[in-house]
This record gives sequence, C-alpha cells and structure tokens, in this order.
Amino acid sequence: MLAKYLCKDSLSPTRRQFLAGAAGVGLTVAFRVPGVRAQGAAAAAPNPFNAYLRIAPDNTVTILSAHMDMGQGPYHGIATLVAEELDADWAQMRAQGIAGNTKLYGNIAWGGAAQGTGGSTAMASSFERYRRAGAIARAMLVSGASKTWSVPASEIRVEKGVLTHPSGRRATFGEMAEAAAREPMPADVQLKSPAHWTYIGSDSVKRIDTREKSSGRQDFTLDVRLPGMLTAVIAHPPKFGASARSFNAAAAKAVRGVVDVVPISRGVAVVADSTWAAIKGREALKIDWDESKAETRGTDALLAEYKALADRPGEHVAAERGDALAGLRGAARTIEATYEFPYLAHAAMEPLNAVARRSGDTIEVWGGHQIPDLYQAVAAKIAETTPDKVVLHVMKTGGGFGRRATPDSEIIVEAVETAKAIGWRAPVKVQWTREDDMQGGRYRPLMVHKVSVGLDGRGNIAGWHHRIVGQSILVGTPFESMLVKNGVDATSVEGVSDTLYAIAPFRTEVTNAKVGVPVLWWRSVGHTHTAYVMETMIDEIAAASGKDPVALRRELLRDHPRHLAVLNLAADRAGWGAPLPSGRFRGVALHESFATRVAQVAEISLDGSGGFKVERVVCAVDCGLAINPDVVRAQMEGGIAFGLSAAMAEAITLDSGRVEQSNYDSYTPLRIEQMPKVEVHIVPSTEPPTGVGEPGVPPIAPAVANAIAAATGQRIRSLPFAKTRIG
Amino acid sequence: MISFKVNGRPHTVDVDPETPLLWVLRDTLGLTGTKFGCGAAQCGACTVHVDGTPTRSCSTPVEGIAGQNIVTIEGIEGKTALAVQEAWQKLDVPQCGYCQSGQIMSAVALLTENPKPTDSDIDAAMNGNLCRCGTYVRIRAAIHEAAKSLA
Repeated sequence: MLAKYLCKDSLSPTRRQFLAGAAGVGLTVAFRVPGVRAQGAAAAAPNPFNAYLRIAPDNTVTILSAHMDMGQGPYHGIATLVAEELDADWAQMRAQGIAGNTKLYGNIAWGGAAQGTGGSTAMASSFERYRRAGAIARAMLVSGASKTWSVPASEIRVEKGVLTHPSGRRATFGEMAEAAAREPMPADVQLKSPAHWTYIGSDSVKRIDTREKSSGRQDFTLDVRLPGMLTAVIAHPPKFGASARSFNAAAAKAVRGVVDVVPISRGVAVVADSTWAAIKGREALKIDWDESKAETRGTDALLAEYKALADRPGEHVAAERGDALAGLRGAARTIEATYEFPYLAHAAMEPLNAVARRSGDTIEVWGGHQIPDLYQAVAAKIAETTPDKVVLHVMKTGGGFGRRATPDSEIIVEAVETAKAIGWRAPVKVQWTREDDMQGGRYRPLMVHKVSVGLDGRGNIAGWHHRIVGQSILVGTPFESMLVKNGVDATSVEGVSDTLYAIAPFRTEVTNAKVGVPVLWWRSVGHTHTAYVMETMIDEIAAASGKDPVALRRELLRDHPRHLAVLNLAADRAGWGAPLPSGRFRGVALHESFATRVAQVAEISLDGSGGFKVERVVCAVDCGLAINPDVVRAQMEGGIAFGLSAAMAEAITLDSGRVEQSNYDSYTPLRIEQMPKVEVHIVPSTEPPTGVGEPGVPPIAPAVANAIAAATGQRIRSLPFAKTRIG
Repeated sequence: MISFKVNGRPHTVDVDPETPLLWVLRDTLGLTGTKFGCGAAQCGACTVHVDGTPTRSCSTPVEGIAGQNIVTIEGIEGKTALAVQEAWQKLDVPQCGYCQSGQIMSAVALLTENPKPTDSDIDAAMNGNLCRCGTYVRIRAAIHEAAKSLA
C-alpha cells in the first residue's frame, strides 16, 4: 500500500535499484552450517549469515522472505524465484519470514528505505533480489563441488537439487552446503534467460504452504505457545479518543484464571492463564471512561458535513488539465452525481494479536509484522532498549488486507506494554476478540465524491470537475512528511487524479475531513472508491451519449495499449455484445492500480424482490510477468470476492461516536452462496512483474453497478448495494 | 471435572464449565489447528465434529459435550477426509489458510452425508464458513473434486 507513494518510479526494479537496495551489504547468501563462517560474506554486514536463504544439512532450502505473508503468496513467489536460479528440487523448498535489517530486507520497490509488505509490491521488490540470491548460492555450490572433487566447475551439472560430475561424483545441496559456505561470493552472476525457466511462469509447482494449511498445521500468531505464557485481552475505550479515568479490578481479579489487571496506554489489560479467563475477566472489569476528547458524531452527521464540504471548493487541487469549469459552462448538457462510501472494516479472519517476551536483555515480539522497522523501534522504546535488542518473529497472518500495517503500531504497543506492566514476569499474548477487531477503527475512510461532467453536442466530454472529501490516511502519521504533497494525500485521490482516460479539461480537488475515527489502508486503498466513481461515471457517459461502454473506454484509452489489451480480452471472453440469456445483464469496468491493469465483466440476475445475484465474472489482468500464474488467478478470484463483499453489504456506521457493528452478524462479509463463478485470463507479458494482491478488488463493484444500471436503469451512488432496492 | 474424547483419546479437564470447547481444545489441550474467528458461531473457523456433527466449538460450552467424541482437524482420518485434503492441495485452495481447518471440517461432514453434492448443496452446507480471502470458487471445485475421487 505504501509502495506507490514511497517510490513511485521504482515499481519495476532495475538492476541499479536492486544494487542500491543492497548497498554496503553485498549479497550475503550464506548457508546454515553451525560453526562455519561464510568466507567472503561482507564483513560489514550486521547480520552476514543466512540473509536470503539457508541450505541445511538435511537438504532443505529455506528462503527468508523480506515480505510477510497474509495469504497473497509472497513466500511461494520468492521460493519460486530462488528455486529457479538455484536449480533446486521444489520438494526441498521451505519458506519463512524475517525482519530486523533494513539494509538486507528494505522493500526495493520503496527504494529500499524501509522493510515492509504492501502496495502489492512483494514480487516487484523480490524479482531481482531473490533470483540473484539463488544464482549466487548455486555458483557457490558449484565452486564448492569443484574444489572438493578437484574438477573444473564448468563440468559440473546442477539439476533438481543435485550436483553431478561425469566422473560419477554426486552430492545433494545439503551435502555440499558446508564446502560451498567456504567459497568466496562471486562478484557477479548471470541470471537465466526466460527461455530456460522451468518454475517461473508455470503452474508446475503447488503452493508451498497448502499442505500445512489443509491440515491445521500452519501456525499463526494465535497459535504461538511459550512456556509460562499468559494471555491478555484489552478493554478499549467505547469511543475513539476516550481514555480510562479509573478502573476497579476487584471483580475481574476474582475470575478464576485472571492473574493481573494493568493499565496500558491504550486501555486496561486483563492478564490471565487462558484466553477464556481473560475474556471473562474483562467482562467483570469496571472502568470509568473519560469521553471528553472522544469523537461523538454519528455517520449521518458526518455524511451531511462531507456533502456540504463537497458543495464548496476543495482545500487542495490534486490534478488540473485545462479549465474544467469553463468546459462545464460551455457544455451542451451536464451530468452531476454525488457518491457516498461507508467506513469499511478489514475484518480479517484472525483478530489482531501479538506476543511479547523478554529474555535477558532481548525483547522478542511475534506477530504479523507488516512494517517491521517501525514495530522494532516502537517495541524498543517501550522496553527502554535499542532496536537491535528487539527480535521480531514474523508470523503468517489469517488475512490482513492492510490491517497489520498500522502507523501507531497499536497491537505491538499493547503486547509490549502489557508484558512490561506485569514486570516482564511472563511472555504475554494480547488477543483481540472479533468485537475488538470490528470496533477497533482503522477503517477504510468514509468518503464522498461529487462529480460534474459536461458533454458537448456530440456527447464528447467537455469538462470533468471532481471533488473528493474524506479523511486522509497519511496525515498525522510518521509518513505524512514524506508522502503528503501540498496537502494532497495520494491515497485519497489515486485512481481519479492520475486517470489515464483522455479527459480534458479535468480538475480534481480534495478536502481532508477532520474526524476522530482512525482510518487505514484497506486492500487497494483509494482505488476502493475512486474506481467506483470513475467507472460508473464513464458508464453513465456512454449511456448518455449513446455509445457502447466498451467502445467508449477504447476511445478514451486509445494511447494505452496494455489497458486496451485487458479490456479487449475481458470483453472477448465475456462475449461482450453477444445476447445474454433472458434475465441476465452485464456491466464492465477497467482499472489500473499498483501498476497492474484489470478489466472485469460482471453478469447479474435479479431476484424480483429487490435483490440480485452476481452470477459470473470474467476477469482479465496484465501484471507483467506472471511468476506464478495460479497465484495470479487466485488473487483475482479473492480480490473479486473481497471487493464484491464490501459492495454488497459491508458498512461500519457510528451512532454518537459508537460503532454499531460488532461481529459478523452485523458486519456481513460475502458468503459462499453469493460467490459468482469467476474466470481469470492473464495477458501474456514479459514486462517486469507488478502486484496482484490488490488490483483485483477495484473493478468489481463498478462492473456490478453498471450491470445493475443495464438491468434497471438505477445508478447506485451510495454503497453498499444492500441499502437500495434493485429493480 | 469434565470428561470427553478428542481424536479418540480420553481427556478430563478441570475448567470453568462454561468455557467454550474451542478454548479447551486450544489452551488446555494444545490443539491449535482449530481457529478462533468470531466467538459467536458466525464464521465457522472453529468447526469441529461432535459425535460426527459439525459444530461451532467457540459457542459450545465444554460442559455440554461431556462423554462425547470430538474430532478436530488434527484427528480427521478415513477416505473422505483424505480425499478432501488431497483435493484442497490439488486445487491450492487456501490463501491465508486461517479459515481452512473449519472449511475442511464442514466439507468432510458434507461429503460424509452427501457423497455427490451439487453446487447448491455445497453452498448450503458451507454457508456458515466465512473466508475473507474469497477462496469460495476453489472450495466448491475442491469439494466436487473430492466427490469425484471418492466415487
């Protein structure tokens, strides 16, 4: 999520950027051989051993992933890159996350400035780094074998994890690891040409973690169990901005299993010997909350304020080409529309959690460390130590969708503060309940868009004036100074201000609303609302000017062949223009986010009683090289489900500052019976890989909205769809 | 003291009788394959079999299952379970994987009752299991795949 904004020009890592990202460190590909130091691994590196992969005597190859895995598959992708260059056998590949060394693990798509996962950048960041790591390891294995066997390196073959020589000599990677670790690191290596790839770009390997995830053996932070560990739940303020004035712990402490009740900066922690005891203890806790600084407005009041703001000139101009207002004044006709988007919860299946422990002068934190440098620094500060004394254990998470990258490090703060508050006497797991998670804020912001489009006598766009009102995600965070330019937070306007449609004159304004509800990036961030407005408005313009929606998009994107290709592929495979079965209606949308282009055609049917069903979605994607095509398909399927889920019925609402939803009965994600059939088509490409975690999300809601318009003429301008009777 | 069997092994636990079975499995018995998602029988991540019936362990007080046989993801066995797990792997169903223990427990129960489910049978049986990654397309396909392999 941060990627685009941190380093806009480097989404496709070049060799220069790669080297810059690893500057001063060298590539410390090394091998886990106890007691043997790798010769040639840069002495200056803070952690020269085991930087990107380990080859163990048991012949396993473990990649150390700079990107945490929330389910989008970066471990699998990185293992694919390493296995390819190493000529490993897929069965020997393993993967784990690692953190704590920005020089080694800085996100190359962010210029290497910080380690982190987001903005659909894991593969863009890893493509060169991990292929080179694999190639260097392979070269060291070959030279180790050459020395051990006294044969020329050029005569050694490497295939499926085995080194062989025509003389009959043979060794597995595991057997040769120790000798290889003594070899100097080659100054440079030649990467394979794509023609020689066997793993990259194919579906020849099954996902690296499916077996664990199909047997209950995959551990998440929820599953961390340490000797003597206690579990805490936190009583959070009932409104955002409130705090505990005082509390009475007597009844809580009387609950069997509760061992302590301690105040922390974010609430009151109930610490117990089991999760259930902590939950029961919290129910018994009496807290006097100070709500004098709390946000007390409700959703209706906020929407009314936002709409009033949208009627006035915006605070900041985010984009301007020509004189849009003059264009509108001279227009033959004008379409004006105001759109409302609710707060949305990530509602990942694994509620937030983290585990903290002090052992000697080391602090360890287990969690879904999406922005680890920050978490390490925050944990160190609380523990009154230095970041190098903080060890982060990177766990896979049960979903994420942006929720694990919090600029205030909330869950890390809670775990480390609670462990400190009980005098570090035991490891502490802080576990949120579903209600904590649903009501804990960090939502996709509530947004209002107001759009005026002028058309000339021939139906061409004569002016486009676009106002966006909502909370900035970045203002007030440590990232503000870097990423907010002239008051414009790109995450509020992306997808509108940078539209590639040939629209002129064009003006985008933004107003940053001031509200005490914490907001955050939510899978595809600004594109969650901007794509909806752009793609439904283009559809309205097509209808108003008597043009076919696909044809109008082709006309407005005539200079963008990659966009045209995904649009044409989706339209072709969906049978655009061909008659549909009776009772079926279709809509199309196309959107680029995170440098990936996605077009979707949605087919719906009406149920005759105010509802509808999405029956089928045809999706075309251009993400550059598809490293793992099946992961690309899975991410498009999942992105469609996630975007559709929000559009159908998700909304967080506030009543006098209090969140009205608490669990999956009141905040209602998509269930299997609502899931359409999905077909994904990947545009073949040799361009550098871009992301797929988020870009599948933005087009689905407008594609469905356009299908609704085709069916009923209704233009849905307030989400979710469940608010409106269809037909 | 409450006694019951988990994956064929007898257990006796000394806990608050209201404690949901989920937390007894996880915190007391150390069986962490069964996940906590909602605590309110809304998401299905905690699904286990109680005397063969798929049950939301997060909302089942442990006192209510005294004397019964619990099967968790760690203990499923037999040809139906194997077929489901193999189909999950063949189609690479999981993304984050967090809900998948519950999905598999529901799928095994479905196929045990109904060896040849239609799409709508699958939707009905699996509708209580949320997946925020949206693996539903593959869950449907994998259940059909498992049914085919069992036929």
